[in-house]
Amino acid sequence: MGQLKVTMPSDREIAMTRVFDAPRTLVFDAHTKPELVKRWLLGPPGWTMPVCEIDLRVGGKYRWVWRSDNDGSTMGIGGVYREIVAPERLVTTERFDEAWYAGEGLNTLVLVEKGGRTTLTQTMRYESKEARDAVLKSGMEKGVEASYDRLVELLASMPAAR
Amino acid sequence: MVMQASLDATFAALADPTRRAILTRLASGEASVAELARPFAMSQPAISKHLKVLERAGLIRRGRDAQRRPRRLEPKRLAEAIEWLERYRRLWEGNYQRLDALLEELKTKEPKWDS
Repeated sequence: MGQLKVTMPSDREIAMTRVFDAPRTLVFDAHTKPELVKRWLLGPPGWTMPVCEIDLRVGGKYRWVWRSDNDGSTMGIGGVYREIVAPERLVTTERFDEAWYAGEGLNTLVLVEKGGRTTLTQTMRYESKEARDAVLKSGMEKGVEASYDRLVELLASMPAAR
Repeated sequence: MVMQASLDATFAALADPTRRAILTRLASGEASVAELARPFAMSQPAISKHLKVLERAGLIRRGRDAQRRPRRLEPKRLAEAIEWLERYRRLWEGNYQRLDALLEELKTKEPKWDS
């Protein structure tokens, strides 16, 4: 479906936007029902999500663990549901098991439906610019795209690097 | 998720919109500090600070003209950074493509209210 866009609305935030050809109730379900989350939120090929626990209520916890089939390594993340307005808004905290950035992240998912299509906006806010930059640098922010779009285009039109 | 320290500096440098704008300007040809400062509401010292970060990150270098000291883009490092970002963009895009497929499946299961 739509093109994935990534922007930096402030120096502590990263935002992703994408359009899905489905009503938002389904997009919301896909983010909140474990049996559905496990089927798409997987990352690189060869990773599965053996743990996907979701206690969908304000103050409820979630816990997700991914596992690499290649070497058995795991990566875990957890947090708390702060706001739940089905099927339009979800606010969660996030903290990785291995704290590779300082403090907690706050994720806000907003779903807007129009003509049967849903525009998803996921905004990730960090406690400091340094934490956000750590996320940017690590690439764990799930693909920084749009801000670099123009540069990618320019590079494509430039002579090869010497 | 380990990356080289050099790319670390590159991403820190790219995380700033002014510095990305400078790179975009330099992609169309070398420019002096004064020329780079003009489109931004910024003093030359402020621009020089950004240029220093970009230089340290290996994204730009100084041209040959000793008088103007023009800056030019160093495309190799930028290409490395973009290639790396592109890998992670593809990763997340992969997630969303799986979500597209899942939503198609869910749509067929959902009762059609409007029919």
